Amino acid sequence: MSEIRYTKDHEYVRVDGDIGAVGISDHAQRQLGDVVFVELPALGAKFVKGAGAAVVESVKAASDVFAPVSGEVVAVNAEVDAEPSLINEDALGRGWILKLKLADPSELDALLSQADYDAFLETLE
Amino acid sequence: MNTQGRPTQPTSEGPTRRGSFTGNRALEMEEALIFETGRPGTTGVDLEAPVAVKSRLGAHAREGEIGLPGLSEPEALRHYVRLSRKNYSIDAGLYPLGSCTMKHNPRLNEKLARLPGFADIHPLQPVSTVQGALELIDALASALLTITGMRAAAMSPKAGAHGELCGMMTIKAAIAARGEEKTRNVVLVPDAAHGTNPASAALIGFSVRAVPSGAEGVVEADAVRAALGPDVAAIMLTNPNTCGLFERHIVAIAEATHEAGAYFYCDGANLNAVVGKTRPGDLGVDAMHINLHKTFSTPHGGGGPGAGPVVFSDRLAAFAPVPRVVREGDALRLVEHANGDEFGRMAAFHGQMGMFVRALAYILSHGADGLKQASEDAVLAANYVRASVSDLMSAPFGDRHCMHEALFDDRWLKDSGLTTLDFAKAMIDEGYHPMTVYFPLIVHGAMLIEPTESESKASLDLFIMTLRDLAMSALAGERERFVGAPYHAPRRRLDETRAARQPILRWMKPAPAPME
Amino acid sequence: MRYLPLDDSDRAMMLNRVRAADIDALFADIPVDQRITGLVELPKGAGEIEVERALTRMAARNVAAGSVPFFLGAGAYRHHVPATVDHLIQRSEFLTSYTPYQPEISQGTLQALFEFQTQVALLTGMEVANASMYDGSTACAEAMLMAHRLTGRRKAVLSGGLHPQYADVAATLARMADDEVVRLPLDVGAGEDLAAAIDDQTSCVIVQTPDFFGNLRDLAPIAAAAHAKGALLIAAFAEAVAFGAIRPPGAMGADIVVGEGQSLGGALNFGGPYLGLFAARLQHVRQMPGRLAGETVDADGRRSFVLTLSTREQHIRREKATSNICTNSGLCALAFSIHLALLGEAGLRRLAAVNHANAVELAERLDAIEGVSVLNETFFNEFAIRAPREAGGLVEELARRGIIAGLPVSRLAPDAGLDDLIVVAATELTTAADRAAYATALAESLTSGRDR
Repeated sequence: MSEIRYTKDHEYVRVDGDIGAVGISDHAQRQLGDVVFVELPALGAKFVKGAGAAVVESVKAASDVFAPVSGEVVAVNAEVDAEPSLINEDALGRGWILKLKLADPSELDALLSQADYDAFLETLE
Repeated sequence: MNTQGRPTQPTSEGPTRRGSFTGNRALEMEEALIFETGRPGTTGVDLEAPVAVKSRLGAHAREGEIGLPGLSEPEALRHYVRLSRKNYSIDAGLYPLGSCTMKHNPRLNEKLARLPGFADIHPLQPVSTVQGALELIDALASALLTITGMRAAAMSPKAGAHGELCGMMTIKAAIAARGEEKTRNVVLVPDAAHGTNPASAALIGFSVRAVPSGAEGVVEADAVRAALGPDVAAIMLTNPNTCGLFERHIVAIAEATHEAGAYFYCDGANLNAVVGKTRPGDLGVDAMHINLHKTFSTPHGGGGPGAGPVVFSDRLAAFAPVPRVVREGDALRLVEHANGDEFGRMAAFHGQMGMFVRALAYILSHGADGLKQASEDAVLAANYVRASVSDLMSAPFGDRHCMHEALFDDRWLKDSGLTTLDFAKAMIDEGYHPMTVYFPLIVHGAMLIEPTESESKASLDLFIMTLRDLAMSALAGERERFVGAPYHAPRRRLDETRAARQPILRWMKPAPAPME
Repeated sequence: MRYLPLDDSDRAMMLNRVRAADIDALFADIPVDQRITGLVELPKGAGEIEVERALTRMAARNVAAGSVPFFLGAGAYRHHVPATVDHLIQRSEFLTSYTPYQPEISQGTLQALFEFQTQVALLTGMEVANASMYDGSTACAEAMLMAHRLTGRRKAVLSGGLHPQYADVAATLARMADDEVVRLPLDVGAGEDLAAAIDDQTSCVIVQTPDFFGNLRDLAPIAAAAHAKGALLIAAFAEAVAFGAIRPPGAMGADIVVGEGQSLGGALNFGGPYLGLFAARLQHVRQMPGRLAGETVDADGRRSFVLTLSTREQHIRREKATSNICTNSGLCALAFSIHLALLGEAGLRRLAAVNHANAVELAERLDAIEGVSVLNETFFNEFAIRAPREAGGLVEELARRGIIAGLPVSRLAPDAGLDDLIVVAATELTTAADRAAYATALAESLTSGRDR
């Protein structure tokens, strides 16, 4: 079972071996509203943790997706390119945005577990 | 004598609302696209046949059809009259759009702008043949300088955002003249600023550093001092600000900015609140654009044209762009090419002359007394609305007076499950264009109401009573009135998601049906 | 004051509700030292009679183009605007409405913009057009920035046939943004070697057709040269009526087409308000500046129109927006659209034919004058002549003789060494008598000049 970790910016990374699938949380997709477009990075692009890796757009808003961990883009999700609504329907599953080959897996330690993220969301209300 | 009467009262028969064959609802009509009703061979313009000549088009003549439809004059008139009737307008009702200053557009101004001596002159005619035009531009510039207490004006920017760009370019030129263009590359912008502010700064390579608004809705001088440094080129402040409040620490902010070697840009969108009450030049402003289509009544036209002349302090005057009007003895002439420190050119020709005529007519009509009265009435009207609904609708910075616009948030709607958007759409059914919503971004579910000085007390009273009725209805849980609104407009709520996911940005000729 | 409905008893009641002792209590946030009691330097307000008198006096000091034989173009063209157009744009619901951000009560504006966008795309031969920019010159500069975003490069090459003020605006923006601009020298004969100026650092090449001197240019080879180096072709124009007679830039490989729409629906207005037209390929639409009207449906399933793809714009992206543009030229776009709907395909072609014919006839007359030569091989309704004397003084003298003879090139390009060139335009409003009068006056001026 691949583990999911979150940032306080509402990105998640779901790690499988040394590849992490990155997307936005369910909370984030609800905040944005209907997603209409995703600006995807190029394959091979390298990001340090915290750098802007993608942009998710709804009708009235645009939100940067910051890389939760450092790495190189090894895949982008052609499905969300064709059907941006997947991010609303299944943000954590089919709505993944890009996959990074992790440069430094220890960066995961600083991220929030599901339980910690849920607790964090409570503080935002 | 007609002895045959007819029924003269309605019966109670029939449903309250029924459909129709055409889809029309009496005066409210469905109207197809010109591509669906027009025909390529039809024209509503009669022209004489061309004289016979040998073509000089060479090999460049157009081949094939363009695909444009044509309409006869009656068809065209009907098409556009029907379209017009689907629009709200200031002429038809109060337009409480905060930050937009939807005041009355005087009709005298339309008449004067159309005088052939203004409308039928070419910008590049010999200047001896357009002295009256230069006189008008000079007179307007002079009036704007008097109103703002500034020293020099650039009249050429075509809209407010264009004026912001002009102001920031002037600042960049001044900084470059000091040799600091590589080091001073940051612009301070409050988080409450209009999006055009950071966008204008970014266009010319500045990076934007946000300055937080204080708890009282204004920028604190200490926050600015903390953000200033040798890397800062300028601060961009709106005054009064986008929360409808006068930036009361502005003088200290200006002083700190200048001490740090930076410039003070002021977004003049809200100038309508303070004409005749204070002058930006006295507050320490170095550059400010003026939206003629806001403060000076030129009509919004469904999205433009506007005009955004910029006024400058002594510090920046030398760097202002070409063109400018100068006096030489008895005559006026245009300086069209940089001969000193002017940073360049913002647009072809000399500015939005059509809007200059209208703005000068507005200024002359109001005069010193009328201009001040207009600002006072604008501020009074906004406060009247605010004070009349503040028991029902929550304000983010407490129950205190505002300037020309009143800001509310959506905390008061929290338990109703309704949003600012729902509230706005229900206003449409009551015959009002909604107020500005979701701006400024720092206030959750913001509602920004700017009635302007053009509303009678009766109009304001009805607006207030309507707001109160809507607010109480929302608080009482009458959801249907809101979530399905608008019910009575020419269109119900639109599927904007579909418009963005599957963009259809033009009419396309339908493909012919396949032959069997 | 006739525009202010509140009277003193209203104000007193309102102050009472607000619980302010007087109006100045509401201005208490203004620092004491910076309060003023009024604008003492301005005169008091005036009634319609006085205002009309004052402005009419100013207007009377100008020579209206319609009062004399008139041959000036150079980026703004005098055409006949049918009476219906100006009548319709003065309807309250078009004139005094705001940007259509609440689509349910703005379908008039939105449908008109959708029609306008379609007309512009058809006219320019492109796939998509926006809802307008300020004018041709700023649209051109914005296209340059769009090309930079698309290619990742920051060097623009400007043809020597580009209107000098369009080039000045682009160069100003580029310098301010620390981008590079290569400006080819003014190219009277359309003979410049643009391909040689394009390299693999070039983001775009900007070419005008009909160009500033009136020459018609084949853009296809330039498009090929640009694309071969990974650059984009931006085609510019200043006279929209030309596309009723000549091949549009979209058919010649242009990636972005920008220009001035004033010719249709717009008066000369001493330079503004004008109308920026901006068209591009659909694949690039998310990098386009400006507003876009799109089609959708409402809750009842009826076809409706709405501003869309707004995430490109400043109110959402702020410093990351494609442009800072907010207010554009909506009413001018409406006027353009109405005029073009009235003309239709047949009318536009006829209008263009009349323009071309009048210009050709004028060119023949002027070319026949001793010492004067028309320099263009091809043109639409505007061409350049070489005079045997300094053009600026000659045009002033002709103005004294009651002829607005055209643009002396030195006015826009004082250092180009083209002081003997005049750019001359003719439209459907130029009568045979006008053209004869110009030729006569020019001949007389040159003769009397020689005899001195």
